Amino acid sequence: MRAQGSASRVRPRFGSTARGLLWVSPWLVGSAAFLFVPMAMSLYYSLTDYPLLEPPLWSGLDNYRRMADDPVFLRVVKNTALFCVLSIPLQTILAIVLAVLLNGRIPLRRTIQACIFIPTLVPLIASAMVWMWLFNGELGLVNRVLSVLGVDGPAWLVDRDWVMPSMVLMSLWGVGQAMIVFLAALQDVPRQLYEAARIDGMGALRQFSSVTLPMISPAILFNVISLTIACVQVFAIPYVMFRKPDGTNPAGHFYTMYLYENAFVYGNMGYASAMAWVQLLVVLVLTGVMLLASRRLVHYRRV
Amino acid sequence: MREASRISVGRWLTFMLLACVAVAFIAPLVWMVSTSIKPESQAASGAIRLLPDPASGAPSQAAANYSSVWNDRTVKFPLYLRNTLVVALLSVAGMTLSSAIVAFGLSRVRWRGRGVVFALVLTTMMVPFPVIMAPLYLVFKNIDDGMRAAGVLERAPWMQMLGTLKPLWLPAWFGGAFNIFLLRQFFMTIPRELDEAATIDGCSSWRTFWRVILPLSRPALAVVALFHFIYVWNDFVGPLIFLTNRDQFTLALGLQLYQSQAGNTPWNLLMAASTMVVAPLILLFLLAQRTFVQGVASEGLK
Repeated sequence: MRAQGSASRVRPRFGSTARGLLWVSPWLVGSAAFLFVPMAMSLYYSLTDYPLLEPPLWSGLDNYRRMADDPVFLRVVKNTALFCVLSIPLQTILAIVLAVLLNGRIPLRRTIQACIFIPTLVPLIASAMVWMWLFNGELGLVNRVLSVLGVDGPAWLVDRDWVMPSMVLMSLWGVGQAMIVFLAALQDVPRQLYEAARIDGMGALRQFSSVTLPMISPAILFNVISLTIACVQVFAIPYVMFRKPDGTNPAGHFYTMYLYENAFVYGNMGYASAMAWVQLLVVLVLTGVMLLASRRLVHYRRV
Repeated sequence: MREASRISVGRWLTFMLLACVAVAFIAPLVWMVSTSIKPESQAASGAIRLLPDPASGAPSQAAANYSSVWNDRTVKFPLYLRNTLVVALLSVAGMTLSSAIVAFGLSRVRWRGRGVVFALVLTTMMVPFPVIMAPLYLVFKNIDDGMRAAGVLERAPWMQMLGTLKPLWLPAWFGGAFNIFLLRQFFMTIPRELDEAATIDGCSSWRTFWRVILPLSRPALAVVALFHFIYVWNDFVGPLIFLTNRDQFTLALGLQLYQSQAGNTPWNLLMAASTMVVAPLILLFLLAQRTFVQGVASEGLK
């Protein structure tokens, strides 16, 4: 019985390809219409001058060359890169630390876990509202608490030096999802490994670095990659917070905001498309580098 | 003895630390609700207090604030709630069903090229939405133009894409890469003997899918539906691009409109509006905490 079953698995039946394609056809049609065609269109537009109201006009690599001399482009790249460099490691470390602390037998464990997770459910737009209120220079709770402690808080969302720290702090508020992922990964680590480590005389820190970290490294990799993809395209919160009728706070101007402005406000579809492709290439390169690096750093259990 | 007490001291320190962290994480939401039930003058005063003064006035003040938001003349929250629910319902139904169909084709049907298609699905998960957002708008514009040229829109004006909610829910009916991936991983864990038995009993593969695989996959389908519902509820960029008519706004867009309208929106009312947008999600979480936690964990580990 079994041998027969596996034999029929190896040899696909006649016409099975058509059958398979039929099953996956919704995705094939949908991704063609709503993903691959738009991507191809934007690749073409990126090589044209396309003010939306007139047809696109071939301009070669002009849009890409223009970026190097565009001070606003350079600024949004710098802001977005800085945000990624600060936010991704801090979020990952905080998530791991919280997960490790929560992984013991702690009173009220589920309640604490829920408190840290719930902020990740708050729609970005609502969290922008809440943080605009908390970070308000005169009336915000953050500065009220600071003044009780005798500190004169800054105008968080206005002062150019404080915009980036505010953005990073807000991003840390959403660390709950990653924490849950790490918590689940920690619970999958076999107990015997820790027992063996203890018998070998490893201290708590050594156990963490030699047992815990390697065992949860696949989850760390997944988390860092998805955080990178998310941070590179940060949009809604800075769009609501820093885009004012009298101009955008330059410290709070991010890549996707400028892309959006070029496409839908200034009508520079060509330039916006070039920015989109640069963004895509950056994401692909970063993901590729991380996957390559992970071959040496990530430990997959052989089962 | 000493060992045991040291462990428990460590545990208590950890607990105290975590309790402080938990308070810090939940404080912004508590402050949001607290502001939303205060009169404007107290919301803007320097005092740090949770309830309005006098506290007995809280219920009537809350009622006043929330009804003022709900009945706002220019920003029509009841309408935005309806729009959001329409998009969410159509989108969740389409996403769950179509992702399951595609996932079935990628896990329970054997065919050449399956691996290639699956790899393609995984690759598309990396494409950031901003990359396609501008041309996607043009795709829908082209569909409209094409239908107008073919005379379709004259006969069936309801097929119009731009200026309606369709661009927000129609793509969901073609499956989402992430959900396909999630469901495929789940379908793979269902013993193959089950559909072999169904085939021997004369079930077509559609019947096997519908009668055997789907009922067994309820937990995974629930995760997909729940997470997609939250995605739609939270989505800001999609509505921002596709919706131009204020009467079609969703809650996320409405909240931004409420904040940015002429004159400064009082903080107590803005927080009441934010609370209205956040509260259903938190309620949903409290009702389905298990599904949430398992869902997040399984997304991150596979």
